[in-house]
Amino acid sequence: MAGSSPAEYISHHIQNLTYGRTLDGSWGFAHSAQEAAQMGFVSINVDTMFWSLLTGIIFCVLFRKASASASVAKPSKWQLCVELVVEMVWGSVKDAFTGKNALIAPLSLTIFVWIFLMNLMDLVPVDFLPYASQLAGLSHMKMVPTTDVNATFGMSLSIFALMIYYGIKMKGLGGFAGELAFHPFGKAFLPVNLVLETVSMVAKPLSLSLRLFGNMFAGELVFVLIAALVPFYLQFVLAVPWAIFHILVITLQAYIFMMLTIVYLGQAHEVHH
Amino acid sequence: MESVVAFSALAAGIMIGLGALGAGVGIGILGSKFLEGAARQPELVPMLQARMFLMLGLTDAVPIISIAFAALLMFANPFIGQVV
Repeated sequence: MAGSSPAEYISHHIQNLTYGRTLDGSWGFAHSAQEAAQMGFVSINVDTMFWSLLTGIIFCVLFRKASASASVAKPSKWQLCVELVVEMVWGSVKDAFTGKNALIAPLSLTIFVWIFLMNLMDLVPVDFLPYASQLAGLSHMKMVPTTDVNATFGMSLSIFALMIYYGIKMKGLGGFAGELAFHPFGKAFLPVNLVLETVSMVAKPLSLSLRLFGNMFAGELVFVLIAALVPFYLQFVLAVPWAIFHILVITLQAYIFMMLTIVYLGQAHEVHH
Repeated sequence: MESVVAFSALAAGIMIGLGALGAGVGIGILGSKFLEGAARQPELVPMLQARMFLMLGLTDAVPIISIAFAALLMFANPFIGQVV
């Protein structure tokens, strides 16, 4: 780490651990950004998968522990914490969702806590885990799954699939297509309607994922820049205020993803006439 | 090749600058309306604050997406090597 130039350090730290077909045809981890790029579609970012699954499992285990040992008379402190979160999510769902669906509230809770935990990995100091993993033999390691476009698009495309599924289920295939074709102008402006509605429908998952990705990537990049360009005795001065601001950004982005999921799925459930 | 790098640097600067301009003006208007509403009806402040943060995240989204693309241009420029 010590001898490399700042640009090399920065590009090393924003590179995922990609597993795929390397330049000489064998299957293994990529050693540079160009090698990872030429792996193409048939490659997997192992660090993203590992950290997202680990945070998901942590969420499930911790919340299951709270619900399994739940008691009305003598609630444990962890049960009270979980109840706070669940009440907040339930309040948001009641406010914004007008249909009737048992999936929405657990989905929103999962989205909020899972994205929050994944974003929280960004507060671990920049070199801790990558250096430890380098000692273990892995060349790159990015701990924050939501800085990988693949992770955020995976989540938003799943929400998009749910939007289309519930749209067709609630309105029928004809009603769903009719809404695309006849809103906002009347039947006469069919092509205009189709273009507008398709663009706005595609913009929803796109903006959902890119908003989360952009915020997290910019945050992580600022941490890496501070680590690369600032002498070690000044790093504390810059990194601490940014980390404190980043706590707000983390929670806010998880909350926004959850709220927009609720709103979009609510729109999919709306039957006009 | 130098002109590709030079224009990428210029593009990154313009993207970040214009994004910051839009975000600044938008969030300023949002904040001022929130303060006005809070002054008129202080009992609504918790609800208004929650909505304000939601709107803040939405307004910030496109400028931050443009910052992410500008960072892409700065550190992993896809245009280098395309022109023969």
